[in-house]
Amino acid sequence: METKAFQKIYTKVTQITKATCTLQASGIGYEEMATVNGRLAQVVKINGDNVTLQIFSGTEGIPTNAEVVFLGRPPVLKVGEELAGRFFNAYGQPIDGGPEVEGEEREIGGPSVNPVRRKQPSELIATGIAGIDLNNTLVTGQKIPFFADPDQPFNQVMAMVALRAKADKIILGGMGLTNDDYLYYKNVFDNAGALDRIISFVNTTENPPVERLLVPDMALTAAEYFAFDKKETVLVLLTDMTLYADALSIVSNRMDQIPSKDSMPGSLYSDLAKIYEKAVQFPEGGSITIIAVTTLSSGDITHAIPDNTGYITEGQLFLRRDSDIGKVIVDPFRSLSRLKQLVIGKQTRKDHPQVMNAAVRLYADASNAKTKLENGFDLTDYDVRTMNFAREYSNDLLAIDVNIDTTMMLDKAWELFGKHFSKAEVGIKQEFVDLYWPV
Amino acid sequence: MEKNKLTTGKVAGIIANLVIVDVDGPVSQNEICYINLGGVKLMAEVIKVLGSKAYTQVFESTRGLKIGESVDFMGHMLEVTLGPGILSRNFDGLQNDLDKMEGTFLKRGEYTAPINVDQEWPFSPLAKAGDQVLAGDWLGEVKENWIGHKIMVPFKFEGKYTVKSVKAEGIYKASDTIAVLTDKDGREVNVSMVQKWPVKVPIKAYTDKPRPFRLMETGVRIIDTMNPIVEGGTGFVPGPFGSGKTVLQHALSKQAEADLIIVAACGERANEVVEIFTEFPELDDPRTGRKLMERTTIIANTSNMPVAAREASVYTAMTLGEYYRSMGLKVLLLADSTSRWAQALREMSNRMEELPGPDAFPMDLPAIISSFYARAGYVYLNNGSTGSITFIGTVSPAGGNLKEPVTESTKKAARCFFALSQQRADSKRYPAVDPIDSYSKYLEYPELQEYLAENISPDWLQNVLETKNLLLRGKEAYEQINILGDDGVPIDYHLRYWKSEVIDFVILQQDAFDKIDASTPIERQKDMLGKVLEVCHTGFDFDGFEEVNPYFKRLINVFKQMNYSLYQSGDFKKYEAELDAIIKERKAA
Repeated sequence: METKAFQKIYTKVTQITKATCTLQASGIGYEEMATVNGRLAQVVKINGDNVTLQIFSGTEGIPTNAEVVFLGRPPVLKVGEELAGRFFNAYGQPIDGGPEVEGEEREIGGPSVNPVRRKQPSELIATGIAGIDLNNTLVTGQKIPFFADPDQPFNQVMAMVALRAKADKIILGGMGLTNDDYLYYKNVFDNAGALDRIISFVNTTENPPVERLLVPDMALTAAEYFAFDKKETVLVLLTDMTLYADALSIVSNRMDQIPSKDSMPGSLYSDLAKIYEKAVQFPEGGSITIIAVTTLSSGDITHAIPDNTGYITEGQLFLRRDSDIGKVIVDPFRSLSRLKQLVIGKQTRKDHPQVMNAAVRLYADASNAKTKLENGFDLTDYDVRTMNFAREYSNDLLAIDVNIDTTMMLDKAWELFGKHFSKAEVGIKQEFVDLYWPV
Repeated sequence: MEKNKLTTGKVAGIIANLVIVDVDGPVSQNEICYINLGGVKLMAEVIKVLGSKAYTQVFESTRGLKIGESVDFMGHMLEVTLGPGILSRNFDGLQNDLDKMEGTFLKRGEYTAPINVDQEWPFSPLAKAGDQVLAGDWLGEVKENWIGHKIMVPFKFEGKYTVKSVKAEGIYKASDTIAVLTDKDGREVNVSMVQKWPVKVPIKAYTDKPRPFRLMETGVRIIDTMNPIVEGGTGFVPGPFGSGKTVLQHALSKQAEADLIIVAACGERANEVVEIFTEFPELDDPRTGRKLMERTTIIANTSNMPVAAREASVYTAMTLGEYYRSMGLKVLLLADSTSRWAQALREMSNRMEELPGPDAFPMDLPAIISSFYARAGYVYLNNGSTGSITFIGTVSPAGGNLKEPVTESTKKAARCFFALSQQRADSKRYPAVDPIDSYSKYLEYPELQEYLAENISPDWLQNVLETKNLLLRGKEAYEQINILGDDGVPIDYHLRYWKSEVIDFVILQQDAFDKIDASTPIERQKDMLGKVLEVCHTGFDFDGFEEVNPYFKRLINVFKQMNYSLYQSGDFKKYEAELDAIIKERKAA
């Protein structure tokens, strides 16, 4: 792999744009790394002798006689146990003052797992948050984003989920993270005494945006090392994928590609899928679970970024401030975990699926009643009861500050059913009503 | 078509998976070539030719590829291998057998044989010496799983042939010659059990393609009862994410009354394919008692697999379907999702710097989609037997907006429209097929109407249309109630609304995760619709609108318990009696 004996230095750049430069060179491999006056760059186009390089940190100040050295390899990360507890930048270089990691070099953005060599995800991840465990249960090997407006506490919830999830390793891929948020994560993990389980690849808002494009691949290459080679349970946190996609559109724009919806590149779906599909349950035991953040602009999920993400991920979690109780809740209508069917009622109590659906249905009735009230109509007795139910359901179960186990969540739900409704109104299978209806 | 010397070339340009090749001889559009990358061969397809430059789309990652590498052209288009041993396999989009690949990760340039040509099969002849045969005619048969896999005159053969000899009953390898034919000039050709066919060309070994007329049962009430699909029909399922496309597709693949199911997982989640791999070998096919996997073949080109092969995957799936249709089988082909295929076309079109159409999709997208859907259908084969491909594709409209190019183009091509509604999904009314917007054009076919009258009941169509009408009236009543308030409308409006809710809860909604409710045979659907319409036809007495809601909630609850009970079981009858009693309580004199 190492070919450092003799490296040819090119000094004749023929074309420079905001993000790329072109020069004449031969024997260059596609996607090969290079340095341009010391800045890292990657081959994005070869046309005959003309090689176009994307310079991650931008081309400001690059002269036409810049020194270009090709490194003879695609981007790599050195992997090993020593990664644990360390903080790196987007290139995989330490930013915590520690030494370089010694280990095997792995190409980042490597090949996909053969689908027939995957195992169906089957291990429940308990978070204690009922809005997640009860209504949108997470499973190892799943990929799921938080869809949230920038002002919502997604970083806090994500850190909470990460710490409670009992993962062997937590890998944080921070893209365009503000320095404050970066320090927040560092503190939370430190205070929880979990720092030795954490590996971070961080591109903060202070770094050039295009560098972000390397972060998910770096994080996932490390994740694959621990999950596949070491058979560990790995949780990968990616925040914020919207800023990642924005970087993609910057690059595609500068390469004169025709934009599709919302100025995003036509390949956005494939680009995002390549990242999220790294989530996997290996038959030998290891797994990679991805929890990401996609920030929305004022809740618009039809924008190309959340839209494509929704088609790729196995559900999505919505946070919303419930003004009735003054707390942030996990929105039961718009949130979804596609893999919950694999565990609920199997690893949890049998009545779980029906209780979950009944509660959400009644909650929906409450929101209809609320609309009625707002439009100035009289409420029926049933309307009033659903609204009372909704308030308690929201406060005791949906709020993100709840931390109880699933059986307690189910008992709580039955308690609320019994308090506000008749058996027929709840509409659950008779065998469960007989077992759990509070007397 | 045949070339004596195969063309070679050298790599001259690389932009992601678009590779420009300088060629030294003739190349044809869509010709397959292999690009050398340090000893690994990457498969690619010619998609444009400009002078001596062939533009090729590579079915693999091009990382590390260099200018000047050698390229070998193969002289044929992308082909699949057809023969016994395809069933129950897991292929990728290029028909590589995924199970035969080594290691956990997919390796570039690893191509595995789709079928084992050395496998031995018990063969029995169907043709005899002296028979006049055409392409697609049956020469013999082997047992593949439980189906009689026909060995046919290769589809590439043109014109009439005479059978010179056919092997006697016995065990032969797939690659053995099992028949010798002579063409019109007296030349002899050997035929084995294996043949090849280019995926982008439809197999037309049939005499006639009539309008389809037989109901294809799926066990899904909102389809069978409300918007039926037919054997050889086409349909599509557009819906925003999270509206239940995949659950619906899986329900269809589990329950549909077809001989074979081919699932093209095209650019979707790998875990969804894993679900099929994991569950189908365990699940029983209720119709045959065999395992579901025995009738299922998967073409998996998930979203993280190379984009160009995604486009190939739907064609590969269709070609396999056509092959089995030519054996007189009922094939159900499911593609999830055709939008990903269209996006693959868009990515390539973009790299080739073609002028874009709407949303940057290529201009010929509607034509590509409609000619693909046209390959489905019910056919009469040369020997008079029939076969069919029913095709249902899902569409993932960007932003859930049904006015986008893929949905619009598909709407022109497919005859059934199962629109998934975000609103229904949000209120957990599954399957979230919108009862008002969805349609089946087949209900207008006199051929199907006749079939339904004969096979279900003479008044079936009328009942279905009435149900649709009641739903519409219920929706109108609901809007009125919302505008004028509960007490601002006559009680009749509440009744109308609640009757439509009964239809919604009992017929339209179905629990795909409940063992019994997941699949409803048509006989039971007929019964339940009868029962529901009985409620709709009943006049009820209420003193005020407050009484209507709890009464109907009770009614619906008992109906639901019926849906959860084994048909005609003790429980079922108990609930039915309970229902009759509830109806009596309020029945108008």
